[in-house]
Amino acid sequence: MEQGQISLTIDGKECVAKEGQSIVQAARENGLFIPTLCDFRSLSPAGTCRVCTVKVGGRFVPGCTSPAVNGMVVENETAELTDLRRALVEMLIVEGNHMCPSCEKSGNCELQELAHHYRIVVPRYPFLFPVQKVEARMAHLFIEHKRCIQCLRCVRGVRAKDGHEIFGFMRRGSDVRITVDVTDPEAVSEATAKKAMEICPVGALIQKRVGFRVPIGQRRFDRKHEKDGKQL
Amino acid sequence: MKKKKLVLATTSLAGCFGCHMSLLDIDERILDLVELVTFDKSPIDDIKEFTQMCDIGLIEGGCCNSENVRVLRDFRKHCKILVSVGQCAITGGLPALRNGIPVAELFKEAFLTGPTVDSKSSQIPNDEEIPMLLDRVYPCHEIVKIDGYLPGCPPRADLLWEALNLLIAGKSLDELNFDLVRYD
Repeated sequence: MEQGQISLTIDGKECVAKEGQSIVQAARENGLFIPTLCDFRSLSPAGTCRVCTVKVGGRFVPGCTSPAVNGMVVENETAELTDLRRALVEMLIVEGNHMCPSCEKSGNCELQELAHHYRIVVPRYPFLFPVQKVEARMAHLFIEHKRCIQCLRCVRGVRAKDGHEIFGFMRRGSDVRITVDVTDPEAVSEATAKKAMEICPVGALIQKRVGFRVPIGQRRFDRKHEKDGKQL
Repeated sequence: MKKKKLVLATTSLAGCFGCHMSLLDIDERILDLVELVTFDKSPIDDIKEFTQMCDIGLIEGGCCNSENVRVLRDFRKHCKILVSVGQCAITGGLPALRNGIPVAELFKEAFLTGPTVDSKSSQIPNDEEIPMLLDRVYPCHEIVKIDGYLPGCPPRADLLWEALNLLIAGKSLDELNFDLVRYD
């Protein structure tokens, strides 16, 4: 093994990873799938959504914030973890108002795609039907708070035109809520709004005036399932 | 001996009939379907009340009023397998956007103060023939036991066709080709 490399096993498969990589990164590099939601490309991990939960040494740990360590034995696709992750996705669904038919993000939504991955037809928990006002004061972006899954991807990755932070969060636990600085409604440019919509895994951040430009049925995950369906 | 045809019943509760339209979207396969099943209570043949025990019941829409609850319980009583079809039946759907808003406020907006209401003659309808509005819209599985779910708005015709074929063959909906499933 080269300098700076470590070895670990994930579901019994011998994996080689770089020192300092997270379990999720190590799995990806070895061609193994661990589901993620709050994780986004270059952003530093936050460990908020927990759908990447794995089991190490009999304990549940988030795969995105836990470093891969030499000799580590990781459980990933066990029946127990699959059910746990499915339950987490179901909780995210019932806590918000994830009405796919009326959501502009449908077909591009990572939560929807995970629900599909876990073949969720109905959540095991009752829907909570939260009532929250839409934040529509900005020129190019609106925020549907009841679709927010508090992944903090926008807080970590979106800046205003002049570089200052515009997203933050308030309260704690199940009350945690994204806030946005609207002191200057023009601060969020069209390009920033586009980026915010792309960075949001669900339909909480929606760019104004682009709705349904790509029709339902021709979006990212629609194309994927169409292809998969034809392969069967 | 010719196999006895299965009996199918369908209804639309707090729905838009889109799921029924999607069922018609199976196109010429409907000719195969009528070879396999007969319809009992359903808008397809306009039979208003159950005439027999049915094998499969398809429910479109959730429950927004007392009449929806009565019909749904009647379906549970008369159907061996009851399936929630579409997002409204499964989640409450679009009508459930009112959930969390007090009914009095909804009535006031819809019949007294809304921008399209003629305020001179406005009144809240209160005839005993009109079913009572529930405090919120309920997904069907919160009212009766549901045996299967077909997501979509509407569920695609191919999904309905495959699901019906599985049920007619006595198989479980767990065997569905999930690539046919969309939530929108």
